[in-house]
Amino acid sequence: MIDARTIKVVLAKPGLDGHDQGAKVVVRAMLDAGFDVHYTGLRQTPEQVVAAALRGNADVIALSSMAGSHLPFCTRLKPLLEQAGLGARLWVIGGNLPAQDHAALRALGFKGVFPSGSRLDAICDFIRENLP
Amino acid sequence: MKSESLVRLVRNESGLPIEPLYTAADLEASGGTAMLGQPGKYPFTRGIHPQMYRKQPFTMRQYTGFGNAADTNRRFKYLIDNGQTGLNVAFDLPTQCGIDSDDPLAEGEVGRVGMAVDTLRDFETAFDGIDLDKITVSLTINGAAACLIAMYLAMAEKRGFDLKRLRGTAQNDILKEFVGRGTWVFPVQPSIRLVGDTIEYCAEHAPKYSPVSVCGYHIRESGATPTQEMAWAFCIARAYADEVIRRGMPVDEFAGRLSYNFNIFGNLFEQVAKFRAGRGLWAKIMKEEYGAQQPGSMWLRMIAGGGGGGLTLEQPENNIVRGAYYALIAALSGAQTMALCCYDEAYTIPSEYAQRISLRTMQLLVEEMGLADTVDPLGGSYYVETLTNRMRDEMERIIHETDAAGGIVALISDGTIQSRVSAQAYRMQRAIESGAFPKVGVNRYRSDGAEQHEVEMHPYGLDDARAQIASLQGVREQRDASAVARALARVETDARGGVNLMPAIVEAVKAYASVGEITRRLVGVFGRYVEPLRFDHRDPAEQAT
Repeated sequence: MIDARTIKVVLAKPGLDGHDQGAKVVVRAMLDAGFDVHYTGLRQTPEQVVAAALRGNADVIALSSMAGSHLPFCTRLKPLLEQAGLGARLWVIGGNLPAQDHAALRALGFKGVFPSGSRLDAICDFIRENLP
Repeated sequence: MKSESLVRLVRNESGLPIEPLYTAADLEASGGTAMLGQPGKYPFTRGIHPQMYRKQPFTMRQYTGFGNAADTNRRFKYLIDNGQTGLNVAFDLPTQCGIDSDDPLAEGEVGRVGMAVDTLRDFETAFDGIDLDKITVSLTINGAAACLIAMYLAMAEKRGFDLKRLRGTAQNDILKEFVGRGTWVFPVQPSIRLVGDTIEYCAEHAPKYSPVSVCGYHIRESGATPTQEMAWAFCIARAYADEVIRRGMPVDEFAGRLSYNFNIFGNLFEQVAKFRAGRGLWAKIMKEEYGAQQPGSMWLRMIAGGGGGGLTLEQPENNIVRGAYYALIAALSGAQTMALCCYDEAYTIPSEYAQRISLRTMQLLVEEMGLADTVDPLGGSYYVETLTNRMRDEMERIIHETDAAGGIVALISDGTIQSRVSAQAYRMQRAIESGAFPKVGVNRYRSDGAEQHEVEMHPYGLDDARAQIASLQGVREQRDASAVARALARVETDARGGVNLMPAIVEAVKAYASVGEITRRLVGVFGRYVEPLRFDHRDPAEQAT
């Protein structure tokens, strides 16, 4: 088990979605869990998410999506993360994610899928337990 | 009654203690009826008009828009055919952020959470066949508001409506976008300038149009308490008023067209008291601080919306019932306009079925429940009047505290307000997860997934986006390229020159310049907003307010 202090998370808001209440709540939960969190803020392109993850040497790449564009975004992000050598890091996504999309998100490499209503501790526990 | 002897202590979300019984003595101790007055008379606590809904029931205005302008036009007509009396337009995120449909940044988002608008052509289609004298239109647009207000005025003028008589509203409250909702484009100062430009321009050219609807709503959604919601909305409205007054326009020439957008969820009495308190306080601010003379300048005109923040993903059918209570609150509070988030909105763009339920909920209040018969029906209740006084005192305290700390513009610019509301949202989320803050179907009376009602998901197809892009390209080919180039050059010159930008933007939209083209010119001069990301306010002791 890695010391919680060393868990580095880059949490991004993909695309044009401006609903960041949930993302900021999750950032605060992660800070309280002792994670080292870098929150990118809004309007991140796939390229910017990759750059932030590289810069922060992230163990965990987390997305928060509320506006429905998660599948096209993640489809574009996946090859970029892999090309950047981040394919083995833990990818997680939360937000307004309809149940019908969960399998597709997992198939795209998002091991943790946390739809609205997920408990904060469940997110942090999942990350601790699933670090590569 | 002494709180210490109670079986359980109760505080409302605004932090005020709630007693088990209120009497004349409580009301007297809270300041009595000094701020009560009569409806239609200063300080308007009981309502801005003498007869309120007896004369005209609240406008029913569901938030609607998806796909392209033709799709949205069909839904508008469906709602109007079902008795809706106003329209509230939802735009997709590229439009809201000033990005054209064919921009790579728009990929996957065109027409998804609202209607895609690139040029005036889209507005012509969206409002085709709708009588703009009978149906007032509200545009939920902020970062790109100057462009879309210009487009709306140009469309109405082209169809022969008299701009001097044209009514309608634009949200156009950029300061709250920095706190929550996030469809900003430019930095804080040029953003405020653009709001000032729209207010000035409309006061002169479309004097019945409401160019700004100041939103407590989204600040509340981001984690603010009900008193903070209203107090900070007033601070923001003052910032816009100060900008216009600084340019030399007297307060009574524009203040009557400022309107508000507030949120409803949570405790019924706290919400009703919030609205009644807010009406009195806004009137007092406008009269005493700004020296307004016209009653209209002192009116807190508002849309009160049943808020998404109260609805739950769990047991979505409960949201129909919540919506009914929220609508009742809005009616008891004397809101001019009402809207309800639909029961399926935690999942998807609302279906026609869900929209109709929301509309019927509001119609039932007028037609069956007697809510349109008598003004301010809760007026005179010891509880409601005492709470109204206490809530107003608390709002004033928050305004003074905000001013003393440097003012709302400074506190939003440096991220203080954002950090405070997100700290509060975090504490609320923890309280919901622990069960300390009750939420039916979430931390009480849960049901397993098997009996969960299925929600019909709104379909989204990439064909819509392709069609929108093709349509934009068609407009680009047909328009007079030299007129567009001239107009865009003028936008840039005027942005540098510091004159009112609206005439140049109106000229550009009339030449069928796109929202993205105009916005890019402005970004070239103003730059882009950079979020001040802060996660302080982590010590609960700091959260006393």
